[in-house]
Amino acid sequence: MASQKKSNIHILDGNQAAAIAAKLSRVQVIAAYPITPQTPLTEQLSQYVEAGELQAEYVAVESEHSAMAVCTSASLVGARAFTATSSHGLAYMHEMLHWAAGARLPIVLACVNRAIGAPWNVLNDQQDSISQRDTGWIQIYCRNNQEIIDSVIQAFRIAEIVHVPVMVCYDGYILSHTEMPVDIPDQTDVDKYLPPYQAHTILDPSNPKNYNLVTLANPRMGVDGKLCHGYMELRYLLQEALQNSRETILQAGREFNEVFGRDYSDMFWEDREDAEITIVAMGSLAMEAIVAADMLREEGIRVGVLGLRVFRPFPKADVVRALRKSKLIVVFDKNISYGSEGATCSEIKSALYGTYINASIRNFIVGLGGRDVKARELVDATKKAIASLKETVINPDYPEWICQI
Amino acid sequence: MKTNAVNLIEQEWILPGNRTCPGCALSLAYRHTLKALEGQCIVTVPASCATVLHGMYPITAVNVPCVNTPFASTGASATGLVAGLKALGKKGITVLAFAGDGGTHDIGIQSLSGAAERQYDFIYMCYDNEGYMNTGNQRSGSTPLGAVSGTTPVLGKQQYQKDMTAIMEAHGLPYVATCSASYPLDLYEKVKKARTIEGTRFIHVHTPCPPGWLFPFSDTIRMGEMAVETGLVVLYEIEDDIFRLTSASESLARKGGTLQPVREYFISQGRFKTITEEQIDELQNWVNTRWKHCLHRATNL
Repeated sequence: MASQKKSNIHILDGNQAAAIAAKLSRVQVIAAYPITPQTPLTEQLSQYVEAGELQAEYVAVESEHSAMAVCTSASLVGARAFTATSSHGLAYMHEMLHWAAGARLPIVLACVNRAIGAPWNVLNDQQDSISQRDTGWIQIYCRNNQEIIDSVIQAFRIAEIVHVPVMVCYDGYILSHTEMPVDIPDQTDVDKYLPPYQAHTILDPSNPKNYNLVTLANPRMGVDGKLCHGYMELRYLLQEALQNSRETILQAGREFNEVFGRDYSDMFWEDREDAEITIVAMGSLAMEAIVAADMLREEGIRVGVLGLRVFRPFPKADVVRALRKSKLIVVFDKNISYGSEGATCSEIKSALYGTYINASIRNFIVGLGGRDVKARELVDATKKAIASLKETVINPDYPEWICQI
Repeated sequence: MKTNAVNLIEQEWILPGNRTCPGCALSLAYRHTLKALEGQCIVTVPASCATVLHGMYPITAVNVPCVNTPFASTGASATGLVAGLKALGKKGITVLAFAGDGGTHDIGIQSLSGAAERQYDFIYMCYDNEGYMNTGNQRSGSTPLGAVSGTTPVLGKQQYQKDMTAIMEAHGLPYVATCSASYPLDLYEKVKKARTIEGTRFIHVHTPCPPGWLFPFSDTIRMGEMAVETGLVVLYEIEDDIFRLTSASESLARKGGTLQPVREYFISQGRFKTITEEQIDELQNWVNTRWKHCLHRATNL
């Protein structure tokens, strides 16, 4: 049925796709501060509001910290809130990211992935959002602009069911400023898919409640004699919500497919004839990995590609299933946990621990600060990883870098 | 009709037995603020003594809806409440930001200035106990010259207070006022007036702090009065650029404008134990100059 839907293809860059998605999601409060490469998204949203195309409050805040503070408070009076940022902006927001997740507010944030200084760099890598890994947000990464528009809409649906904020991440310039064909969903379909926001907490003088009060470590009795959660229990509930959000994310993907005819899961798995070698990458890099896999196949090397879509909650079981036949896993990371390795590599290793899969894992750090990542480089790195299997070390302690040192 | 102790609204929005220290002026100021708003408000509170007043989950001492927000974000949080209410078409609710001097003069000045420049429709009330009292009294941008604190422990503060009300006036706000917890009816009238005005309204409240300033718990009201009688605190309001002295400051001006010497105020508080004669003279000159300026500016004498 879905396949019979008339498509509405436009040539859009990633920022335009995100702006259209926010508009289609009928956001009610937008607060954002311009930062490269997110700026055109901010401008587009203010354009929609000023031109009367979107019935929302656009707040041109004086900082990203304030952007998220506007979103948290707007969300608490019952408004659907959206913001977008990049890099230093996201880092500046850090405190409020914790606050939004801790208060269980279904805010959606578009993160246009960009490197973090010092030194200054405005180009792409994923260090910004990876640095916010432990703030309690769901993180979704996009491979192309179609996934941006679809994921922002899905993000509101997911966030409002599980009461956890969602960060939709897409690579700066590579997606944000690159035009490609995008099928724009129909507003009536989006309205069907995404009902109006029903807040679970509303600040209202006729029913006064006090939110985010000082909360003790241990449970405490209320005036009515009811035992209420301590801080530790509230943290447990946030963890539980993220753990359980996997099912909601998959469900949101399936229902999206029913309405719009595009299927989404927590990852993208390109199986290649039972390949024993798998390349893992996240975001637009996963598309480059598919090109690299094709080039390797021409040389007679069979490789599967695992494109990570949801980074938090990390889809351990699904990743293990996808990697079950792998003997060698080559993980490319556009981020680095200094002193350790790439963040997605750590996740893969953690997911595989205790399973019967005893694959060798090679981690390559690529594309930091906008360094171009060529498919040929992914091919060469994969061949190097294959060659290294003869060495005695199964899993090296530290990643290799594709750079000129 | 002017409000007095007899006809002041009886309903309370701060419940008895809150967690503030004995003699806390902040709870007095907050109490009369909520009376003036008749509880028809949503409050945002940053990390501060007001957080302590509000209580510990699941028990709160305050009977109005409230959101606690991180230290630097009060102005933005108020903006978000206003934007959210507007987006949902909810009317008739006053948004009140209630922050201390640390959260206003220092860490919160950016988000407050941003919100005021955008002219978002809320009342921002800064209760000023002249230091970081919630963390046990460290210097703030509002700690007076000569005051000893946890971070000015030996010499006392070497700088003057930041005039936050003047900074807010410079934002071109429709209503700016100063109050003292020792003059609650003046405060009540000002909040009541602010409630009827649209745009960002800024109200500064002087709130003496017995444990931080080192004076007996029973002397809070007297300390606030002395601050006004000496001219260290001047009660005024500026509505559409019209400056009016109010309450005790207005009476002082009408009675010839003679202030009490500041010395008495300083020797009654332990925090000024290291203040020098030169500093007292300096402060007296500063007070005299500012008072003259206020008398000159006042349109209601």
